[in-house]
Amino acid sequence: MEENLISINNLSFGYGKDLLHKDINMQFNRGKVSAIMGGSGCGKTTILRLIGGQLNPNSGNVTVDGKVVHEQGREGLRNIRRKMGMLFQHGALFTDLSVYENVAFPMREHTDLPENVIKDLVLLKLNAVGLRGAHKKMPAELSGGMARRVALARAISLDPDIIMYDEPFAGLDPISMAVICDLIRSLNDALGATSIIVTHDVAETFSFADYIYFLADGGVAAEGSPKQLLASKLPFVKQFIHSEKDGPVPFHAEAPEYQSDLSL
Amino acid sequence: MNNILNFLEKLGASARSSLSGLGSCTRLFFLTIIYSSDSFKRFNLTIKEIYFTGVLSLVIIIVSAFFVGMVLGLQGYYTLEKYGSSEAIGVLVALALVRELGPVVTALLYAGRAGTAITAEIGLMKTTEQLSAMEMMAVSPIARIVAPRFWAGMISMPILATIFSMVGILGGYFIAVLIIGVDDGAFWSQMQANVDFHNDIVDGAIKSIVFGFTCTLIALYQGLVAPPTAEGVSRATTKTVVISSLSVLGLDFVLTSFMFV
Amino acid sequence: MEKVKLDIWVGIFVALGIIAMFYLATRVGNLTSNDVKKTYEVKAYFENIGGLKPRAAVKASGVVVGRIGSIIFDPEAFHAVVKINIDDRYAFPTDTFANIYTAGLLGEQYLSLEAGGDDVDLKAGDLIVHTQDAVVLEKLISQFLYNSAGDDDDKDKD
Repeated sequence: MEENLISINNLSFGYGKDLLHKDINMQFNRGKVSAIMGGSGCGKTTILRLIGGQLNPNSGNVTVDGKVVHEQGREGLRNIRRKMGMLFQHGALFTDLSVYENVAFPMREHTDLPENVIKDLVLLKLNAVGLRGAHKKMPAELSGGMARRVALARAISLDPDIIMYDEPFAGLDPISMAVICDLIRSLNDALGATSIIVTHDVAETFSFADYIYFLADGGVAAEGSPKQLLASKLPFVKQFIHSEKDGPVPFHAEAPEYQSDLSL
Repeated sequence: MNNILNFLEKLGASARSSLSGLGSCTRLFFLTIIYSSDSFKRFNLTIKEIYFTGVLSLVIIIVSAFFVGMVLGLQGYYTLEKYGSSEAIGVLVALALVRELGPVVTALLYAGRAGTAITAEIGLMKTTEQLSAMEMMAVSPIARIVAPRFWAGMISMPILATIFSMVGILGGYFIAVLIIGVDDGAFWSQMQANVDFHNDIVDGAIKSIVFGFTCTLIALYQGLVAPPTAEGVSRATTKTVVISSLSVLGLDFVLTSFMFV
Repeated sequence: MEKVKLDIWVGIFVALGIIAMFYLATRVGNLTSNDVKKTYEVKAYFENIGGLKPRAAVKASGVVVGRIGSIIFDPEAFHAVVKINIDDRYAFPTDTFANIYTAGLLGEQYLSLEAGGDDVDLKAGDLIVHTQDAVVLEKLISQFLYNSAGDDDDKDKD
């Protein structure tokens, strides 16, 4: 059994002429929680889409459990995706279905389980995220944090091997943030899954992640365990971790000379 | 000179984008057909959509049909009376409705009511990443979201058009016979003698099926390609109405020249 | 939206559609009154068919008994060949007259069959010998002018 469940090999990808990712390599080990961090627009979420097969690389490949993702046919892709659960940034719950129906959705689509078994499983998943009592509500009635927890319950509906999180902490209050943090870690360990988190939240991520990748300028700028990165001397890493206003990522966007721009 | 070149450039670009839109739409149609098995195996999905596109359009269709029928009766009567043929009012109302107004007006109203609803709903699902989420759960959005709505539209439109024609004729009857006083027997007998089931009614039904296909496909396509912003979705709904209406009117001309000439 | 309520409404909707279709077919259209199903074909020659068109009515005593099939021009005999489909239920003798009349003042032209007295009936493929062409307005006017010119001549002679 390969130690790397997901492997990104020499991947290049871009929309149009400019490449977003240039020849990058990343490995995600089984059973570990990995994080992908970087500034806005550096292509973090795109990596998740490449892993899930929603986008095809320009060159290089992504392998999941040994299989190259973009070479799979319809059936192969379906099998890969059935092992994945994804939590989208704002939950992406189906607004016309109730909380119960949302969590039951993957079960109904992919299994032939009878209704009473589905009911038990759904309530089990909702209990894991602490929302068993809310199963009759509609997504419109939930707060942001609650919606995201329901989406998490839906993502783990079929006990996936891979769980991906797209900016799970964005816009949450401190309590909800702590809840999600705890859930990501505990679910990963309980399910024996491999989790990948895309985020730019330093404090939370560093508290529970096993391995962290930093993306910048289309490549991996730095990688390592939280302890290694905290001790890193790389200026980019230091700027990010210590939230410095200016450094390798400049404050000023590219502009002509100041004096010539003003009408003085 | 520059202005003319610019204008030509824009014209060429818009022609090219229209053609590529037509191509993408065709591709969507074939994909929908390929993924349609779920719409029938799990007919509940389609039934739900028939409710939203068909049943909820009933009120506007019936009310409009009644008024259109009444106007036809009124205008037709005063024109026919000049030639002493006021008893042909039944024929006029029936043929105008069954051949043209039934399918066309229903299609325009349908595009405005159900078409925009479909576009807005799908556009919103795209914006909130619901379609993406479905894809990642290995469920094809085409099979689950697009195809049921397509078949619901194909079923609803002919039904709505037929109801429109019936209510319109009743509206014409109401004005001509009950209000103005045209002879009841003449109204119906002239109509029955001159409206042919195969040529007029069935052809009208065929038209409404073609229009249903067109309007629903356009609505679905615009929803799927809408830019995932609030402005994008709102512009997509406008485009649905405009493109659907123009297509219906254009197709009506083509179909009429095939069928009735 | 409960499933049962949904189903009921959709059922009502579809039922309404079927009712509307039935209504149009029976009350508005000619489906019940005009079942010209099985027909046999006879033909007739005309010098001038006027405004007679295919699918025009063929009437006897004012009742529709058939439809015009096809109308073609015979380039050797220089007349129109009209194929007539008569309902199987009705038989006409071989000396039937086929006349082209106009319905109403400005109406459509139709074929009227007036039965003769022969014992033998028309069979499929037979020819109706006695025909009367459509009335052409110009010929009528020129006839009228010719006649009135003739009257004047007679008056002059007196």
